[in-house]
Amino acid sequence: MKEITLEADVKNIPVVTDFVNEVLEEAECPIKVQMQIDVILDEVFANIALYAYGESGGDATVCVDVSDEPKVISITFKDKGMPFDPLSREDPDVTLSVEDRKIGGLGIFMVKKMMDEVVYRYEDGMNVLTVRKKM
Amino acid sequence: MTINKNSEGSKLTVAVEGRLDTTTAPQLEEEFKNSLEGVEDLVLDFSKLDYISSAGLRVLLSAQKQMNKVGKMTLTGVSPEIMEIFEVTGFSDILTFA
Repeated sequence: MKEITLEADVKNIPVVTDFVNEVLEEAECPIKVQMQIDVILDEVFANIALYAYGESGGDATVCVDVSDEPKVISITFKDKGMPFDPLSREDPDVTLSVEDRKIGGLGIFMVKKMMDEVVYRYEDGMNVLTVRKKM
Repeated sequence: MTINKNSEGSKLTVAVEGRLDTTTAPQLEEEFKNSLEGVEDLVLDFSKLDYISSAGLRVLLSAQKQMNKVGKMTLTGVSPEIMEIFEVTGFSDILTFA
């Protein structure tokens, strides 16, 4: 397992993305899965960066692990910000017209759709969100 | 992300290269704010786009709304992987692909 802890700031999204991609490339992850992982990294890390800590700021930790047989990638995001279960949000209506379409909640909806499993727990004062995807 | 523009009369082609996400979407938003005046035919070339996240989708939605009033917006070069993102989010129904 590899892990990185850094300031929960949107400017660090490319850093996290490069860090995870290195693990994925080593594991010979298919391009399509890699792209989906890149998208969910942006969604989840941006959510933490923008909402977890408010003005005060704080750190986020991202752990990556790839299991063998079956090859499954697990990514866990941890932050010590306000308790927030992203899975508690209602899914957006993706059938509305252009004019009525809302963008709120779309990010976590994409995470749920593109990953095989998304689990949230609040543990030891931390938001812990784990996503899993079969390669 | 790199943005390349090509303007011919009222037609503007914008080629977006790289990642269209939380950190880069504001750049594209700014670009649209500055260059859409007088444009009736907006073509977005996504053939070199690596991926798009919800922040990018938000910018596309707002551009689509704006172009609906004055003309049209078309996406070209969309890869099957990115098309899947549009399908999952229902954007495939509100965008036009060539």
